[in-house]
Amino acid sequence: MPPPESKGVWVFLEQRRGRLRDVSIQIIGEGRRIADEMKVALSGVMPGWRTEGLAREAVEYGVDKVYLVEDQRLENYLSRPYAKVMVTLIRKHKPEVVLYGASKNGRDLGGRVHAIIETGLAADCVKFEVTKERNLDMIRPAYGGRSLAHIICANHRPQMASARANVFKRATKTPGRQGSIVREQVDFEDRDFDTRMVEFVESKGQQGAKLEDAKVVVAGGYGLRNQANFKMVDELAKLVGGSVAASRKAVDAGWFPKEYQVGQTGKTVRPEVYWAIGISGAVQHLAGMQESGRIIAINSDQNAAIFEMADYGIVGDLFHVVPELVKALKGTGR
Amino acid sequence: MVVCIKQVPKAQEIQVDPVTHTLKRVGVPSEINPPDRHALEVALQLKDRHGGEIIALTMGPTVFTQSLERAMAMGVDRAVLLSDRALGGSDTVPTGLALSEAIHKIGKFDIILCGEETTDSSTGHVGPGIAGHLDLPQITYCVDVQIVEGKVRGKRAVEDGFEVWECPMPCLVTVNFGCNKPREPSLSGKIRVKRGGLVTQWSAADVGLAPERLGLKGSPTVVNRVDTVVLPARGGKIFKGEPSQTVIELVKALRNDKIAGV
Repeated sequence: MPPPESKGVWVFLEQRRGRLRDVSIQIIGEGRRIADEMKVALSGVMPGWRTEGLAREAVEYGVDKVYLVEDQRLENYLSRPYAKVMVTLIRKHKPEVVLYGASKNGRDLGGRVHAIIETGLAADCVKFEVTKERNLDMIRPAYGGRSLAHIICANHRPQMASARANVFKRATKTPGRQGSIVREQVDFEDRDFDTRMVEFVESKGQQGAKLEDAKVVVAGGYGLRNQANFKMVDELAKLVGGSVAASRKAVDAGWFPKEYQVGQTGKTVRPEVYWAIGISGAVQHLAGMQESGRIIAINSDQNAAIFEMADYGIVGDLFHVVPELVKALKGTGR
Repeated sequence: MVVCIKQVPKAQEIQVDPVTHTLKRVGVPSEINPPDRHALEVALQLKDRHGGEIIALTMGPTVFTQSLERAMAMGVDRAVLLSDRALGGSDTVPTGLALSEAIHKIGKFDIILCGEETTDSSTGHVGPGIAGHLDLPQITYCVDVQIVEGKVRGKRAVEDGFEVWECPMPCLVTVNFGCNKPREPSLSGKIRVKRGGLVTQWSAADVGLAPERLGLKGSPTVVNRVDTVVLPARGGKIFKGEPSQTVIELVKALRNDKIAGV
């Protein structure tokens, strides 16, 4: 049985460069829904520096109470002191649910905190339900996205989970919404700040972001045989106004940078149109693109799994098909 | 240096049974978890530059020795296999705990390296969990790891760019998939492995862990059930034949259906 005194739903409010992160606004929305269903308050924990304005914003998004821990050394995310904040406040206030956004930092933090507290943490959840026994059914993809695993943490509190980015709807702001902001003290030692951020380099080209937002994605796979042949994919992408992507095998082979990888260990994309060129359709690849609107596959193997997923396809040697296709698309009525 | 590795089913070999919609596991070849291979390569490069000893650590059935042997053929000095029936069914809490205790028993170390996550469970929680258990600084999602003036510098790939973090040793670092080119096993490495005697096997009791803290008993979470997501086959228009012909048919179909970009 779980400890009976645990009460309330919490969200970790991640601020970054003076803004509340999108994924935090998403978990406020989902946390609000869970808190209402459990008939408890929704609280947030925000470590940072000069972030009271962001705490007020979180209240407007639907948080009832924000625990604010301000320290100049907390301006940027760091694993150790942020974990100390979470562990200290969880032990003090005993929430029954704690949600993190599954950003890199959210997973870094949750992973550390759950080991120190020794409680359950489900990664990358896409859905939550409250059971009759007041447990949180934490639902996450398994087996490369072909299954959904229902994770239950029955005897430990808090029940913790990270929520996958861009799955839950952002909370909407209610200007003037009232809530409380509680300043908390955490006794830091020097060793809590033994790690420092030396440098931050913002991605310039934003091609990574572009891939996830792209309406059309043209992806190349191992069937292209070498790096030079990726120019065929480039050319097709230009013609159809798409962003270029690659399968894991193509990235593994060093033909294309990791930022362009679609699949379980890469990016998840949901474009209107997804072209799969020389991609056989391993489960881990399908996991990253199966929600695409229309899938067009070109592959020489008619038994390739990608054809099961495809709305359109050509069985044939891509080295003949793609040039013909480029010619046809260039040629007429555009 | 200690590198934590796991043996997982080969990603390309993951096939879903079209009738039962379950994973085919029997007879599926396994490999070192791909991100862990990159962690091994980071360790080997650090050893090339700064010297030191590398120990590969895994937790699992004795068949995981295969992965330890491959790591040693790549250049790892020796290996530890933590294997116990009591460990079966462990979630990330007892897994992190058991690996931490094994590392503790290994003794002095400067850096613990892990892959960013495993391809079969994809949590990324065990690395930070070990750092939490051992109260060490951690730098996760690294694409580059250097030792600069006695400190570890890790370049983290985050959503909006790269962060360089610096921390003292001992520390824990997790390494991103795809950040380097893991070396192949060498002939001399294979010979060394063949001579044997490089793998130490420990039980849970050997690292001082009581069975109730491990396995299903010691795991806060359980997988209550698994629903299969049945993706309906899209029943697409698949054209076969001469490219000159199939391309015309495809383009016609795409334009008929007003597909974006065509």
